[in-house]
Amino acid sequence: MHEVAIAAALIDLVREEAAAARASRVTRLVVEIGALSHVDTHALRFAVDVAAHGGPAEGARLDILEPPGIAWCLDCEASVTIPARGAPCPRCDGVKLIVQGGDEMRLKEMEVS
Amino acid sequence: MCATCGCGDGDRRIETLPHRHDHDHAHAHGHMHTHADGTTHTHAEGHDGARLVSVERDLLARNNAIAEENRRRFQAKRTLALNLVSSPGSGKTALLVETLRRIGQKYPVAVVEGDQETSADADRIRATGAPAIQINTGKGCHLDADLIRGALTRLGAPPNGILFIENVGNLVCPAGFDLGEAQKVVIVSVTEGEDKPLKYSGMFAAAGLMVVTKTDLLPHLDFDVEALIDNARRVHPGIAVLKLSAKSGDGMERWLQWLDAARALRLAAD
Repeated sequence: MHEVAIAAALIDLVREEAAAARASRVTRLVVEIGALSHVDTHALRFAVDVAAHGGPAEGARLDILEPPGIAWCLDCEASVTIPARGAPCPRCDGVKLIVQGGDEMRLKEMEVS
Repeated sequence: MCATCGCGDGDRRIETLPHRHDHDHAHAHGHMHTHADGTTHTHAEGHDGARLVSVERDLLARNNAIAEENRRRFQAKRTLALNLVSSPGSGKTALLVETLRRIGQKYPVAVVEGDQETSADADRIRATGAPAIQINTGKGCHLDADLIRGALTRLGAPPNGILFIENVGNLVCPAGFDLGEAQKVVIVSVTEGEDKPLKYSGMFAAAGLMVVTKTDLLPHLDFDVEALIDNARRVHPGIAVLKLSAKSGDGMERWLQWLDAARALRLAAD
């Protein structure tokens, strides 16, 4: 349900950036949602559609990039890719992992006219 | 690669729901035109006059900026702010009431109560004599930094003391919203499942301390506390753990010692 708050924050950012770029229409949004972030991308798509209604990004295409989870395995002493928090190391099956990346939520770029 | 959902590329994930591979809006993929000199060529650009703007901003940038403002305010008053998070019914309010009773007049305390509806929890806190303010989020599932900023203007940050922020009972949404707290404390009762840290990993990854509550019920349950702790350390190897019962008082002394230590750190640091 917090996807609604995140979508509203995204559309606020879009509005700000569109005004700064002197653009009246936003036709495409590129958003990065890490595999380990707390966001369900299906819920986010739905919420963005609703939040964008009546603004410059209404009907804009939403491209969601999902960078994988990256963690440091204390046993392997190596950086590994994990599908979720709590998942074991794909190399040694150990569970002593420190998450290093893949939890980002960013508006990367947008196409405007 | 499908540009709508990102499937089919090595570093992106395939969405699990069935979906179509055609796009749901029509747009021209190029156009041909003739110049005054008679030459004709095709543009690859789809949208006339479209340009790409690089943004690279965090979606929660606004919330995070207000959280930093709150944090500076806590710092100025040397207030230790703790964000208490859990599922509904974990015993957060009962733990708080007992904690406030034991702290008594030792140092200043205040409580921000977050719930979707009712002021029942703030009433329970106020009955202990501690100042409290209720925030009703309505349909909102979490507190955000702006709500805390608003509460602070009315309640103030207790100088050299502790501000307890009881978040809305929800193990998912509050994880991503920084309020300006020194740390998140996740509370799990023994009547829940040992696998909660794996199911709601984001919250356990974000919390510095896990408090296991209602331990007086353990003799009546098949609950494996060690399995719960193992699972919590699996998502967060450095998480601290306390076990207690607000009802019997077991473990309360260690929790108060933990609070004293955290407060001492807050007082010592600029």
